[in-house]
Amino acid sequence: MRSAHDTDNSDALLEQVNRALQNATPLRIQGSNSKAFLGRTTVGELIDTRSHRGIVSYDPTELVVTVRCGTPLAELAQVLDASQQMLPCEPPGFGDGATVGGMIAAGISGPRRPWSGSVRDFVLGTRLITGYGKHLRFGGEVMKNVAGYDLSRLMAGSYGCLGLITEVSLKVLPKPRRSLSISLEMDIDRALLRLAEWGQQPLPISAACHDGERLHLRLEGGEGSVAAAQDRLGGERLDASYWADLNEHRLEFFGQDEPLWRLSLPNNVPKVSLPGRQLIDWGGSQRWLKSDAPDSFIRQVVDEVGGHVTCYSHGLAESPFQPLPNALSRVHRNLKKQLDPKGIFNPGRLYEEL
Amino acid sequence: MNILYDERFDGVLPDVDKNALLVSLQTQMPELEILHQQEELKPYECDGLSAYRTTPMLVVLPRELAQVQGVLRVCHDRQVPVVVRGAGTGLSGGALPLEKGVLLVMARFNNILGIDPAARTARVQPGVRNLAISQAAAPFGLYYAPDPSSQIACSIGGNVAENAGGVHCLKYGLTVHNVLKVDILTVDGESLTLGSNALDSPGLDLLALFTGSEGMLGVITEVTVKLLPKPQTAKVLLAAFDSVEKAGRAVGDIIAAGIIPGGLEMMDNLAIRAAEDFIHAGYPVEAEAILLCELDGVEADVHDDCDRVRQVLVMAGATEVRLAKDEAERVRFWAGRKNAFPAVGRLSPDYYCMDGTIPRRELPGVLQAIAQLSAEYDLRVANVFHAGDGNMHPLILFDANQPGELDRAEALGGKILELCVKVGGSITGEHGVGREKINQMCAQFNSDELTLFHAVKAAFDPGGLLNPGKNIPTLHRCAEFGAMHVHMGQMPFPELERF
Repeated sequence: MRSAHDTDNSDALLEQVNRALQNATPLRIQGSNSKAFLGRTTVGELIDTRSHRGIVSYDPTELVVTVRCGTPLAELAQVLDASQQMLPCEPPGFGDGATVGGMIAAGISGPRRPWSGSVRDFVLGTRLITGYGKHLRFGGEVMKNVAGYDLSRLMAGSYGCLGLITEVSLKVLPKPRRSLSISLEMDIDRALLRLAEWGQQPLPISAACHDGERLHLRLEGGEGSVAAAQDRLGGERLDASYWADLNEHRLEFFGQDEPLWRLSLPNNVPKVSLPGRQLIDWGGSQRWLKSDAPDSFIRQVVDEVGGHVTCYSHGLAESPFQPLPNALSRVHRNLKKQLDPKGIFNPGRLYEEL
Repeated sequence: MNILYDERFDGVLPDVDKNALLVSLQTQMPELEILHQQEELKPYECDGLSAYRTTPMLVVLPRELAQVQGVLRVCHDRQVPVVVRGAGTGLSGGALPLEKGVLLVMARFNNILGIDPAARTARVQPGVRNLAISQAAAPFGLYYAPDPSSQIACSIGGNVAENAGGVHCLKYGLTVHNVLKVDILTVDGESLTLGSNALDSPGLDLLALFTGSEGMLGVITEVTVKLLPKPQTAKVLLAAFDSVEKAGRAVGDIIAAGIIPGGLEMMDNLAIRAAEDFIHAGYPVEAEAILLCELDGVEADVHDDCDRVRQVLVMAGATEVRLAKDEAERVRFWAGRKNAFPAVGRLSPDYYCMDGTIPRRELPGVLQAIAQLSAEYDLRVANVFHAGDGNMHPLILFDANQPGELDRAEALGGKILELCVKVGGSITGEHGVGREKINQMCAQFNSDELTLFHAVKAAFDPGGLLNPGKNIPTLHRCAEFGAMHVHMGQMPFPELERF
């Protein structure tokens, strides 16, 4: 399991953070920079996490892996794969070198998310270099742990604004025995209705995407349940590589020039009327929009149906992440001030005021 | 005993003029029910951890959100500590009142506001009982997965505050994995929504941070939970072993075979005998350990998995493997496990339930060490174990009427938790820290980690008025009572005075 590249470089990272704290120098935390297009641009001294890498421990029968932040996501996937296990939340890399630290900091999950849970759902523990210049441990390597506040899961999706994640323990699961993908001809409205109906039944669906013309489904489970579901749903076979292409934004849909927006919605919202093209993922809960429509207009329409919007095209929106209501923004600022009093970690990456 | 709030170690609490506070609350909210006489306050002096009792200064029982907001504002203006209570079933003293504080009881907010079968969600008030959600969702073929053993009585607000678990966590997760949205009031009565009806929400994941925060960061006023389709079928295998080590290894073997059971429980001989005496579940009383393995899902898969698990169990040295032949027997197998606590309670006037978690591979060593400690402290210990997720519930048997036995039980419990931390586990898997495990927190976290926890608290409640003394110990308390967290050969908290 150990690779020749494994190094514990946490002392050097800690030293750099402490220097930055002394001089009040903002830091720009970076792994492979594969997700630089997400969020706001942050300026600061580069702190490169890739030197701190390697799998610290992995016991397949415990269903837990502990891994350093600079470890390539692909390397982790390979190690898990060798034991027939996986990260069920299917985090996308958006680039070959994507690291585990970036995966946690961005907190983005793939097609299985509505059925398996998100990146944060699989976080069991973290080690963190804090705004007080300490290297600390929160959570742990056990499934259940409610001692103290859940700072580990808070790190998922925090875009490095609260501290430097040096290590993470993740719950992993066995790969399903059988996986089969199918494609059905059906329009969007009907597909959303069927998905709501199927969601109330014990069907082994583990991914559901509508590309405007066809509904694509992945069925996963034991041989018996997958075969029974295939018999019931019919459709044509679909190559499993479809899901990775969807996850990594390699489908033709993502290739066009218009800006890309991510809509996060309650799963049962009917088709949202917006200019441009849409692709529905997560059984209706995540919708991708390619549209030239203005930021404020898209946000208003999505807000009315109980959702929120993220701009995936860098530099286009003043605030790529949905602005927060005042009271919530105040709590965010308080938390940032408490955990990163000198404001050195990725200032402004998530929101201007953080 | 050092478990009750002690201003010397837990911080000085503001002095409150009880009458002035009472008048202020009565004037501002004439409809609000307030208990203030000794005999009315008595029933609220403890939660599920009944060994520790404190009479609250006042108990308020609001029926409307505006009243909760009013209580918080009055208390905030007058600097009065507030302890929130739901159904009062918590086992760690999280709702233990304060003499100088108001106990805010949310139990009357017990309406289910809506079940949305298409969205697979339920919107409920915090006082709704856990089981009531599943009952309301049942007509749609849906249910709410987390099932703490108190599910018949415990309320969802408390479940969120404690991040409650249950016997199905390995497959279906804890409360944090099954909640979409929580509405809260902050310490000064401002309303906030954490999470959303979508699967995520913008900004930091405050919903994750808030879940399990034990009433320290805000007051829960509404919860939206995820519902799941009911599994088509569930089957239970019972396996007997002549040693706990073999049973422990069998658990790992099941996981290694790529199977995630819906529930996977283990009991040792003392717990088996107690349960069998009480419930007549048909358990093999000669066994050193039994495993209960529930497989649920689609019929065909469950059938196949039962065969696989049976083979694994036999290979692992089970002396007997039984598949519950019908639903009645399945329910009986579970009844023995679910009644293990009261069953053990029949063996002894009192028992003390622990809640440590460990990596599963450490089980044989930890059980051996518990047996040694049990002999050393001369108190019997029965072991019940959520084997799938490493959560142990050793039950320490004692008699509170015998001088010194409660203290000995506490000391033994503390040793068991420190042992859990030492092997890489945690002092609490699902019951919470509350007041009960406040000293053991000093064993699990060093002073810098505790300082960061206090910083989180300060972001939400800078004055420390919500549930003071719970969840996170002061550094002062750790210096005085904490099991020594000796780090790098140094004594903890050298900066603190000792007396």
